[in-house]
Amino acid sequence: MVIKDIIDILEGEVICEGNLDTEIKTACGSDMMSDVLAFVKDQSVLLTGLVNPQVVRTAEMMDMACIVFVRGKQPDQSIIDLAKSRDITLIKTRYRMFTACGLLYSKGLSGGCE
Amino acid sequence: MSAIHLRYEVPGDDFTRAGEASGAVKKRLKALGYNSDAIRRVAIAMYEAEINMVIHADGGYCDVDIYPDRVEVLLADKGPGIPDVEKAMQAGFSTAPDNVRNLGFGAGMGLPNIKKYTDEMRIETEIGVGTNLYLTVKVNS
Repeated sequence: MVIKDIIDILEGEVICEGNLDTEIKTACGSDMMSDVLAFVKDQSVLLTGLVNPQVVRTAEMMDMACIVFVRGKQPDQSIIDLAKSRDITLIKTRYRMFTACGLLYSKGLSGGCE
Repeated sequence: MSAIHLRYEVPGDDFTRAGEASGAVKKRLKALGYNSDAIRRVAIAMYEAEINMVIHADGGYCDVDIYPDRVEVLLADKGPGIPDVEKAMQAGFSTAPDNVRNLGFGAGMGLPNIKKYTDEMRIETEIGVGTNLYLTVKVNS
């Protein structure tokens, strides 16, 4: 799966475009950044309902290539600028967290922490 | 090879900037060609510590020494100090205010995460004076 597939599956809208052909192996869904930081396992997508710059920083530390904001949440310009400078793709989807994670999981994306 | 020494100020009044030092160190280590697992461990440990400094101590500074076989980081603040280090090390124990939880932190995972990702971790703390956190990550372990 690549980032383009995630956009299709989640009927997402690209807010900040990095390399959309980046391969995605695993994902992580959380609003608690410390939990995201607790499990290092080459996760490449972060799904979250949290909208602040620390979401981008967390993704940066974890080498994640893509952040999906659920429930149609729109990050502000400072978040978009930060993501742009880190080459991280930002997507928003109208789906809620559970559904967004479920859709990706059902298409073969795993959590990678089992 | 002698150590590369870097110093960063961590501003205490701006939560949105927490992580700038960690990001800069990550970039530098990458440019120096260190392996990605070690870089990530340094970045995450430092990032959690930076967040702690902003939440609890009104900022401080980081000293980073990069050696061929290890990275050493000192995070120093003039905050209130940690009354019970053993308790602070417990996963889930937190004294962070609610507004920090709304930002995705304050789950009591900071220090446990730091310990998990570093090879050595030492805390020097004094009530009313401040805290020094020493971290070492071995690069080729």
